Amino acid sequence: MKKGINIIRSTAVPLNIENVDTDQIIPARFLKATNREGFGKNLFRDWRYENDDESKPKKDFPLNNPVYKGKILVAAKNFGCGSSREHAAWAIKDAGFDVVVSSFFADIFKNNSLNNFLLPVTVSEKFLQKIFSVFDSNPSEELEVNLTSQTIKIISSGETESFDITHYKKTCLLNGYDDIDYLLSSKEDITKYELENKF
Amino acid sequence: MGETTNKVSSLNPPSGGRGATLFEKIWEKHVVKTIEDGPSVLYIDKHFIHEVTSPQAFAGLNKRGIKVFRPQQVVATADHNVPTINQHLPIKEELSRVQVETLKKNCAEHGIDLYGLGHPYQGIVHVIGPELGITQPGMTIVCGDSHTSTHGAFGNIAFGIGTSEVEMVLATQCLMQSKPMLMRINIEGKLNTGVLSKDIVLYILSKITASGATGYAVEFAGSAIRSLSMEARMTICNMSIEMGARCGMIAPDTTTIEYIKGRRFAPEGEAWNEKLKYWKTLYSDKDAVFDREIDIRAEDIEPMITYGTNPGMGIGVGGHVPSLNEIDEREKPSFEKSLAYMGWQPGTNIKGKKVDYVFIGSCTNSRIEDLRMVASFVKGKHKANDVEVWVVPGSKQVEKQAIEEGIDKIFEEAGFMLRQPGCSACLGMNEDKIPAGKYCISTSNRNFEGRQGPNARTMLASPLTAALAAITGKVGDIREYYRESELVNN
Ligand code: SF4
Repeated sequence: MKKGINIIRSTAVPLNIENVDTDQIIPARFLKATNREGFGKNLFRDWRYENDDESKPKKDFPLNNPVYKGKILVAAKNFGCGSSREHAAWAIKDAGFDVVVSSFFADIFKNNSLNNFLLPVTVSEKFLQKIFSVFDSNPSEELEVNLTSQTIKIISSGETESFDITHYKKTCLLNGYDDIDYLLSSKEDITKYELENKF
Repeated sequence: MGETTNKVSSLNPPSGGRGATLFEKIWEKHVVKTIEDGPSVLYIDKHFIHEVTSPQAFAGLNKRGIKVFRPQQVVATADHNVPTINQHLPIKEELSRVQVETLKKNCAEHGIDLYGLGHPYQGIVHVIGPELGITQPGMTIVCGDSHTSTHGAFGNIAFGIGTSEVEMVLATQCLMQSKPMLMRINIEGKLNTGVLSKDIVLYILSKITASGATGYAVEFAGSAIRSLSMEARMTICNMSIEMGARCGMIAPDTTTIEYIKGRRFAPEGEAWNEKLKYWKTLYSDKDAVFDREIDIRAEDIEPMITYGTNPGMGIGVGGHVPSLNEIDEREKPSFEKSLAYMGWQPGTNIKGKKVDYVFIGSCTNSRIEDLRMVASFVKGKHKANDVEVWVVPGSKQVEKQAIEEGIDKIFEEAGFMLRQPGCSACLGMNEDKIPAGKYCISTSNRNFEGRQGPNARTMLASPLTAALAAITGKVGDIREYYRESELVNN
């Protein structure tokens, strides 16, 4: 059993770019590991450094900007599209994020995040733009994500929006349960299914 | 393009006399049980694995002290990370070698069939599944790779999963899945000369965007789809993930059945007859309801090419990059970022742009039919001087057949480099990378920033458009070069 999540209050890193694909989140050449650790340092590698050179960080990239930090990543529409690499979720989690906020997530990325206790929070386009503009004017603004009440709040203004999550996934995340725990406990049903379907 | 949206939610099972869709028929058959208000436990028939997304899954199993539940339903190959020259030698790059060796060790320990380097069946996972007859209609198929959607061309539910899910399937042969919404894209009519299935899918993407099908399972239907070969259908389903779709599918027909018959792992004798009976039930009923339907006229589709950094950014080869006033205000920053990466101005013409590299390969377009088509165009011609051309067959079997048919000689004479099977420059994970700043016409599926190597600039196109660029060194319109009589519609 893993550690569950519930209320996360933190400053955030705004990444106002649409269609961020998992090749940007973690480029393929960093997928050669056989364990799950250490991907955080290569998160957004090619957007962070000039010519792959760690001594030359790109100044205008939010993750390199010291005013932005925190446990919440806020990204524009269609975040996590492309490759199914779970390494993308691992890299974000490994870099210290517990929540990703966007107006739209790609399917596989969303599943991968949930399986790694990285909470994907889908907000309306309007609320998302509000968050971006708040962080533009005040980088030390805070957000609060509350899984129990399924809400996200901009602390200074108190503006709140609720988000969707299935009852099943919510229970898993709050309590630290994995899908695999549930599946393993269903072995009997699975074997019965196989018998009935001639496997 | 026409469109209808239906308010009926696919979350409710078909009832009240309404017919079932192809997706629903297969889905219902594979549900082991459903959690109230939650996902279903979905049984998986076939599970493909490869070296990059499986090691952490096996490590998880080992940590739990459990064995693979149904090893005979798992098939492994090494493709993403393998070199495409000198495959008989040990892999030079240490991390890649460790990954490939880890796969070998895991397969041996858990009793899984591995078609690794040197094996006559080795190749890109989505090429070998169909060509070995493992991929069949009516199945559920998964792989830790988003282009698993390719297999849906045979009329099955096939989708990509993450590594945690790979672990779940290894452990239980099941996944927790919520039923997606359903979309049908109908393409009716006759395709124009020089238009291939790659153009169809790039055209759809340019209309519905790279997120246009997120949350949906997409069925491709209509007379233009029916007229396609299995290889061409696979190209379309392959790229359904680029629209964000959970999976893409095409109902099986005689083309499907003819393709499977006699392949290495195809059913035989009585088992074949049994399967045929099942396969013949796999179509969307006349009164089936989709959440969304899109109608496209085949005549509207031209040879396509992408100009930006997601596969939805495509235009007809004769067209121009949108100018700023054609772009939605909110999308301008992403559009401008994308064009800056490509080194182009808004409004510019694509035709005539210089090309430095041509990559013919990947699970989208590296099957024997693709190679044959390229060869038939290239025969007797030579590549342009300053263009580098790589042809990477999808599998050992494709490579063997290409050599038997003399296609290797045609490529050699044209100055093309025929490499050995693997994913290669599709994702730039091994040493096959496009250098920074260079332009590459690629038959693969993703033009993301850095996909083919840091700062590489990718234009996605059909194998014919790629072959033309190889010969002329520029982006061109295949219709101007190809005589009617020679044309094959793929
Ligand atoms: S060829 Fe490209 S898209 Fe296909 S499986 Fe390999 S890396 Fe993925």
